[in-house]
Amino acid sequence: MNTPASDPKSVTGKPLAIDEKVDVLVIGGGAAGLEAAIGAATRGFGVLLVDENPVPFKTMGDDVPLHFGQGMAANARNRNAMMEAFIASEPRIEEAFEAGVDVRLGTACWGLYANGPALGWMPGLVAGLADEERCFLVQAQHVILACGRRDMGLGFPGWEKPGVMGATAALNLATRYGALGPRRIVILGSGTEALTTALALREAGTEIVAIVEQAPEAVGDAALLASLREGGTEILTRHVVREATGRDCVEAATVAKLDEKGHPAGNERAIACDGIVLAVGTTPVIDLIDAAGCKVAFQAERGGYAPVLDADQRTSIANVYAVGDCAGIWAAKTRDRAIAEAEAARAVAALGTAAMTGSAASLPAPEHDISDYRLAWVRASVVEARAEFHVCQCEEVTAREILEVRPPRYLDWQNERRNDRSLTALLGEGPPNPDQVKRLTRAGMGPCQGRRCREQVAALLALAAAQPLSAIPLAGYRAPTRPMPLSMTAHVPEAPEQAEHWDTWFGMHAQWVPFWEVPERYTVGTNDATGPVASE
Amino acid sequence: MSEIKGASVVIVGGGVTGLSAGWWLARDGVDVLVLEKGLIGWEASGRNGGGCSHHHSPLFAEEQRLWPIMDELLGYPTEFRGERIRLASSEHQMALYGRALRNAERQGFQSAVLDVKQAKEMVPLAGDTIVGGYHYKFGGHANPHRTLQGYAWAMQDHGGRILQHTTVTGFRSEGGRVTAVETDRGVIGCDSLVLAAGPQSGRLSAMLGQEIPVQSARCEMIVTEPLPLMPLGGVDGCGLYGRQTLRGNLAYGGGPHEWLAMAEEGTPAKPTSPLMLHMGKRLAELLPKAAHARIIRSWAGVIENTPDGRPVIDRLASQANVVVATLSSVGFGLSPASGHAIRDLVIDGECSFADISSFKLSRFAELEPNWRELQGWQVTAATEALAA
Repeated sequence: MNTPASDPKSVTGKPLAIDEKVDVLVIGGGAAGLEAAIGAATRGFGVLLVDENPVPFKTMGDDVPLHFGQGMAANARNRNAMMEAFIASEPRIEEAFEAGVDVRLGTACWGLYANGPALGWMPGLVAGLADEERCFLVQAQHVILACGRRDMGLGFPGWEKPGVMGATAALNLATRYGALGPRRIVILGSGTEALTTALALREAGTEIVAIVEQAPEAVGDAALLASLREGGTEILTRHVVREATGRDCVEAATVAKLDEKGHPAGNERAIACDGIVLAVGTTPVIDLIDAAGCKVAFQAERGGYAPVLDADQRTSIANVYAVGDCAGIWAAKTRDRAIAEAEAARAVAALGTAAMTGSAASLPAPEHDISDYRLAWVRASVVEARAEFHVCQCEEVTAREILEVRPPRYLDWQNERRNDRSLTALLGEGPPNPDQVKRLTRAGMGPCQGRRCREQVAALLALAAAQPLSAIPLAGYRAPTRPMPLSMTAHVPEAPEQAEHWDTWFGMHAQWVPFWEVPERYTVGTNDATGPVASE
Repeated sequence: MSEIKGASVVIVGGGVTGLSAGWWLARDGVDVLVLEKGLIGWEASGRNGGGCSHHHSPLFAEEQRLWPIMDELLGYPTEFRGERIRLASSEHQMALYGRALRNAERQGFQSAVLDVKQAKEMVPLAGDTIVGGYHYKFGGHANPHRTLQGYAWAMQDHGGRILQHTTVTGFRSEGGRVTAVETDRGVIGCDSLVLAAGPQSGRLSAMLGQEIPVQSARCEMIVTEPLPLMPLGGVDGCGLYGRQTLRGNLAYGGGPHEWLAMAEEGTPAKPTSPLMLHMGKRLAELLPKAAHARIIRSWAGVIENTPDGRPVIDRLASQANVVVATLSSVGFGLSPASGHAIRDLVIDGECSFADISSFKLSRFAELEPNWRELQGWQVTAATEALAA
């Protein structure tokens, strides 16, 4: 028999159907992404810039990529109007068009794949893109990720009601779409990201009724806080939302004061509102970054899990850069877009140059300890909740079920053995891993892929294990980082020589020979590997 | 290095094979300790379709006997559901898939041939893409993660122990027997050793003087959002394996693999690839009425294979008290039976319920030294080195 040069049933040598090749692919068209795209085009690179905004209404309904909480106004259904509003909200989009950048809005990147020791099949950097109609692959020499920010979810009874939403979603709806539904908003959290969001929402015409903060003092910028107070916003420190009430959507937030130990105590009060904005933890969007295999680490000065970068914004994967909010979030950067734009400029300057050994410059100390702060919020709101609610809304998992690692209720498993054990007894020694908990409880396994619950799950595990947030591993991300209909997958054709071999996994004929026919000795030379066989 | 309390039987590898063996030993009162370099189930054991229908195997009968009672035996849910359906999208596939029926019948299990109408009734999500199918009245599917954790907890309930984040670095032998396992956390004494280390099995067995020939490959799966439940969730076809979970997700895998260089130590990277798209297309062909369902996640596993793809469950000739086990990509479904076989080899020296002579390592006595090249199981060279 001929010796095969490579296994014909493996991916080796099989071409990928690449639609386009570009010098630089920029993912995300915010301040940093636009600066990167315009800068690269000015340097003479061919640039493709994709931004998933305007997000399809249905995708918003799934709280992907942000926690929209059904806070979209009716006009959000009008895609053309949303496209126009989005472009009008950012003048540099026009500038990018004029600079020769191939700008594609309404186009999401759902996967990024890098050639490497564990993925030799890729011809280089390959991105999976999709708009509402089509899915395709693009190969890029360089990829600059400008994926933005998102918010930690924070649960309490009623948080599943329409009107409870993340700060970044509210901000985008209000300032980039003109499609924010709630008119009277209570905001949880008082960090700079919370306060700047509050001011921007107020500027866009929304009333900011109250800022609710569990800490004894506001943690953000004093001048921003004063501006809100002067505008009529009530500042409620050492308070927590006990419940979102309303028949079909939020009509009021019930708040309570916390005692010295962080327990809700004393009288509760209802604040009339139609929106509750969660702004207790703004964090970099790293779904695509982690799924691609870039190193990420908990970096408090960057707002939580963020990519590990060098001084030129390089990630751990060659020719992949991260800029803007996905590279890290801190108070000064939130207030001054020039910082994010400078990151983009550094990345553009680094394109095509050899990697230096310098690590990223040290950043200012965080305005507060984000681990302690987030844990305190989860303790006050989730652990001390007055009634059970689903921390994981997609899969309907409660905090108690997470901490007791209970099987999902649809199994109707009544045996209570194990559930009186500690987390260490259940999961083994070492920091509890949210992925392990996910597999056993399903928390984080649903269509939103944990966007609403992942930080809460991590915080619950940290509290139960008496560990800081930084000790809890990241619940991993995988492609597709945006939900993709099966019907859309046919758009990328499979190499015919690859399509022939699906019925025999690993191409091993001998594996499926019944045991009563197995020869006593196996050698490659005597093995008959011809003819069809089906694996089980 | 410090001493860690040893055990009568130390099992290297916290995958489904090692944990099943540990459970079988512990329930017999054996003092057993499982060592895992990362988290249990983090390698191939957690990354498979959950199928339990291996009609070609000498362990098949025991597999079929045990699955329906595994929840009861373990005391934890496995999500096992019996029976399977295989849909054919061409007459060629119909002929190809028919061999399963003959193999199963020889082992005493029945199946039925389905025409198009019957197949659609049993698989409501199927459409006009099929020409017929088979209904296996045996086998079934279960949840790999939940089952694996069930083995672990059940083993612990019987007094067994697990050490995670513990990397084996070597072995100590005396008089042709392994006396201790060296790890990055200390030395662990043992009377018997079970090597069930998946992709690491080749490297570790070589340290003991008799290498199990294995090569690792990546294979991938996708999962969709939940859909209404079908009467039977175990549906295969179109070259895919997988199931509808009890939650309603479609979890399917298949397609070409990629042979990988084995990392010397540590957890191998498990990137996914655009193969997700081709799996999705076939799933839409297999179940056209689910074409609207959205893929929400894909994942990959690193799976070891022997040259002939068949398991090795055997005692080492070079070390009298060592049992080695690699299931070569069919580990999950056979795990209730493979654990039983391993327990028998450790305690009795032979398997009591089946003839597993075809699993002997000696079948590779004349294997070509360059068998990987000859079979084409070669690593695609990376064209770009990862940055530091």
